[in-house]
Amino acid sequence: MTVVIEARNVEFSFGQTPALRGATIAVESGEILAIMGPSGSGKSTLLHCLAGILVPDSGEVLFDGARVDSMAETQRSSLRRDRFGFVFQFGQLVPELTAVENVALPLLLSGVRRTAALRKAYGWFERLGLEGMEQRRSGELSGGQAQRVALARGLVAEPEVLFADEPTGALDSLTGEQVMDLLVAAAREQGTTVILVTHEPRVAAYADREVIVRDGRVNAPAGIAS
Amino acid sequence: MSVPLTLLGLLEREPSHGYDLKRDYDAYFGRGKPLPFGQVYSTLSRLARDGKVVISEVGPGAGPDRKRYIITDLGATEVEQWLTQPVEPEPHLQTVLFAKVVLALMLDRPAGEYLDTQRSAHLQRMRELTEIKRTGNLVDALLADHGLYHLEADLRWIEMTGARLDALKRTVRP
Repeated sequence: MTVVIEARNVEFSFGQTPALRGATIAVESGEILAIMGPSGSGKSTLLHCLAGILVPDSGEVLFDGARVDSMAETQRSSLRRDRFGFVFQFGQLVPELTAVENVALPLLLSGVRRTAALRKAYGWFERLGLEGMEQRRSGELSGGQAQRVALARGLVAEPEVLFADEPTGALDSLTGEQVMDLLVAAAREQGTTVILVTHEPRVAAYADREVIVRDGRVNAPAGIAS
Repeated sequence: MSVPLTLLGLLEREPSHGYDLKRDYDAYFGRGKPLPFGQVYSTLSRLARDGKVVISEVGPGAGPDRKRYIITDLGATEVEQWLTQPVEPEPHLQTVLFAKVVLALMLDRPAGEYLDTQRSAHLQRMRELTEIKRTGNLVDALLADHGLYHLEADLRWIEMTGARLDALKRTVRP
């Protein structure tokens, strides 16, 4: 297996408040990694640095061998649009769009023709048990349905890396497990690397391995390099 | 797991032969640890002695048995009481893990690292149970859930203890 994305000694502060203090982590291609840690430990900040949403104050972030931290914003934006997928705690669907348009959005933004993008988006509804929900808007979906739509949107463009920040945080246990089952199955099928931030052990148990972020540093379990 | 009460519970469904009871026990409750035939019959004998089951001599069932066991009113009452009374919650205060943490602090050893190692072991077991849930039937999934929730409770304790190690150290090493 090859390392697809990594952070090396990354530091990041919000103003005077340090969030990451030399975080180092390497994620292999196709791996599902859980980043755990207490609230305020820096786990979401680490995910945002890896995803090119935040630029570290120092240290390096590499994706597919290229330095993400030194890319221009336009390059990082392209990277996020074309090669990464995202699922957040609250689906953050665009309320003006239908569910199927939300799923198609990453494809449309990447320049795929509308007909082709929607056709591909429709295919996800049966796969995720959402048949009949295609024309609903986010306000007409339950939390679990909205999160499955968000999951489809995160994976529809077959990203190389899916970043999931507390993807079940707003769901009850059973619905959260259904979302995780679908996430893991779809990611495995596509060979997508998943970086999953969660404070819930039962969600982390879906990952291949976990790392703990504490005080802005990454602690890996004994015997596992990170 | 109480074998006598579980067998009594199975008998409350319908009168059964020992062979059938063992088969159902293994299928639902054995989970890789089949009940020995000897234990089945010795348990049934004790239940009969205590008036909780009676034996009727009839033809064989799925196995070679000729004895069929029937639950009595006394046995049914016991099953009812067992099912309706809550299991006494374990205090979880004297677990091996608790003892290890306290001893580690007393001996000035890295209790935090021990907890990290334990967390990793717990999560590894949770991964295995999650895989059973994802690939098994509903019975397997519910049993796996039971294990997962208990392990999760342990992990919460590990987190809380990890956050209080300094204070605990001051308590056990005054």
